[in-house]
Amino acid sequence: MDFTFTPEQEALREQAREFLAANPEPTWVQLAELGWTGVSIAEEDGGAGLTFVEEAVLFEELGRTLYHGPYFATIGLALPALPSELRAEVAAGEASWTLALGPLVPDLDTAERVAIVGGDGIYELEDGEREVLATTDESRPLGVVRGGDRGRRLADSTVLAEIEARSQTALALEACGLARLALEDALEYASSREQFGKKIGVYQAVSHPLADAYTRVELSRSLALWAAWCVAIGDPQAAIAAAAAKSYAGESAVAVCETAIQSLGGIGFTWEHRLHRLYKRALGIESFGASGTRLRAEVAAALVEGEVPGLSQTPDSVPVTQGG
Amino acid sequence: MDLRDTLEEAAFRAELRAWLEENLPAGLQGHRGGATRFEGPEMREWSRALYAAGYIGLTWPEEYGGGGAPYTHQAIFLEEMARAEAPPHIGVIGIGMAGPTIIAHGTDEQKGRYLAPLLSAEEIWCQGFSEPGAGSDLAGVRTSARQENGHFVVSGQKVWSSFAHIADFCILLTRSDPESTRHAGLTYLIVDMHAPGVEVRGLRQITGEAEFNEIFFDDVHVPAENLLGDVGSGWQVAMTTLLHERGTLGFALQATLEVQIRKLIALAQDRGANQLQRDRIAREWIEMQGLRYTNYRSLSALMKTGTPGPEGSISKLVWSEANQRVTKLALEILGPDAALGDENAPYGGYWQYQQLRSRGNTIEAGTSEVLRNIVAERVLGLPYSR
Repeated sequence: MDFTFTPEQEALREQAREFLAANPEPTWVQLAELGWTGVSIAEEDGGAGLTFVEEAVLFEELGRTLYHGPYFATIGLALPALPSELRAEVAAGEASWTLALGPLVPDLDTAERVAIVGGDGIYELEDGEREVLATTDESRPLGVVRGGDRGRRLADSTVLAEIEARSQTALALEACGLARLALEDALEYASSREQFGKKIGVYQAVSHPLADAYTRVELSRSLALWAAWCVAIGDPQAAIAAAAAKSYAGESAVAVCETAIQSLGGIGFTWEHRLHRLYKRALGIESFGASGTRLRAEVAAALVEGEVPGLSQTPDSVPVTQGG
Repeated sequence: MDLRDTLEEAAFRAELRAWLEENLPAGLQGHRGGATRFEGPEMREWSRALYAAGYIGLTWPEEYGGGGAPYTHQAIFLEEMARAEAPPHIGVIGIGMAGPTIIAHGTDEQKGRYLAPLLSAEEIWCQGFSEPGAGSDLAGVRTSARQENGHFVVSGQKVWSSFAHIADFCILLTRSDPESTRHAGLTYLIVDMHAPGVEVRGLRQITGEAEFNEIFFDDVHVPAENLLGDVGSGWQVAMTTLLHERGTLGFALQATLEVQIRKLIALAQDRGANQLQRDRIAREWIEMQGLRYTNYRSLSALMKTGTPGPEGSISKLVWSEANQRVTKLALEILGPDAALGDENAPYGGYWQYQQLRSRGNTIEAGTSEVLRNIVAERVLGLPYSR
């Protein structure tokens, strides 16, 4: 058992943090040049042949900076449906995608191509009309597609389970990244702002909610990274782990942002401070796809009526299970 | 990152699981804990069996009777014990607190004298830290240790001491310098609980039973060789003890919570649960999984760097509040029957007992208020409130 990142993964995080600080609005081509669009795409298709764990590092960092672009839609949503040569285009930065899983389609303003679910398969949308809608979270516009035809058949609908797990986990990771930043903002403020002659972080009415926010951030991260690892190796727990991660991290990011806004007082309530943008992304993540309540209904069904699969066995098939 | 067992860990787990299946007495499986674990010889026999099989003191150095194994083995041990619903070794204070403190600060003679019988459950230890006037604020300790003719004379009162009524030894924090205040002038002693002048009185708790005790010391003679660390350095020694209390407990806590939630799910299957209750069941299971992997992250950091990750500091806080919610949810699922006590209650009164007992979880071994202060000040770097 090893739940740490490799030095290469840590270096990727560092690269991402530095790059996004210098380039808060990167283009798709820039991301491709960094190799980010091809992380988990096979080497023969022009990718790096790595896994979803490396992509997880990027989702966390992209969530932190409220990246506006088609990375989630392409890598978190559409990628499992794309055949080899279309993946090669993604890796090369020549194409970005989004997938209409429900009526509201993410990143429709920036994704070049659109996939739709129809009958027993996933198809490329041809000649459809796109409308980008006004959304509370301006960093991730949603849209609707109308009309158009089923174009090329991309994948069988059996791939949807993987897409669900990937997308829920990706959103959980984004939620972790932005919640951590909201907590950092609140900690910085509570450590410097003085009232009644003391730093406000001295008061337990301020510090204890921040300790609880930290707890939520860490539990969220543990769940999201567990889910990411399950997705990466195709573990049978991937579906329930992703549902657990998205429900907990989504709701927690909202709660952590609310604690941060309260900690900053009036400043936290202004348009000028970035907290409201983090908060709106958190709300967007929570409501996208299935909310925490809906995901917990699925988890409860698995726990009470069904069966929760054990974690994967060791490579040589020695039986391994978790503590329960 | 690989959450699977290594081959070597998997082999250890398989061997342990087989051993538990073979050796755990049916009467002890699913033992509800509490004061009943002190009755009869079964718990000591079980503890001895665990020791004889090499599962106690797994991570201790081999020279002190330990297994010299990595921390991951200890984590697997706790997971598998919980999975089998096996009760823990009865000497939890000795193994979790006294032993590690003696290894860190003890003399060779002390290590030779105390460590082996502590592992084998031949000798039971208790902890004498809290006092009527020193709870969360431990530096208020007043129990005195006078130095007299080459020994210490101890007088005072300790409280909330589990196991004291069956204990052979006590790790005792005393004030050796009567002029001193706060963290200075404290001295850490090993006290023979059978010595003249030691009196133990049970404290009946919210569940109706007495798991912990008051200890009264009336001019108790403690030989000089029972000093642990230096005279006046008791605070530093005590911090080693408390570090172990909070540092190694995470896996045990998560594992017991997992058992509790498994029983909660069985209850929901048995009695039915409405949508709101099902939502809460899922919520608790999810948070328990979060706690599991938080412990894994902290343990992985410990294995790689020698220091547990800061996220490990939330384990006890998260577990204690979760256990309170889980047991209360069970009462809610029981409905009106939740009002029935003991033998009239469904499932032998398991949930009624667990729910009441859980109220102590946020008080014992560091209150939730103190733990939040620790997270705020030491992990998050907020300004100190004192």
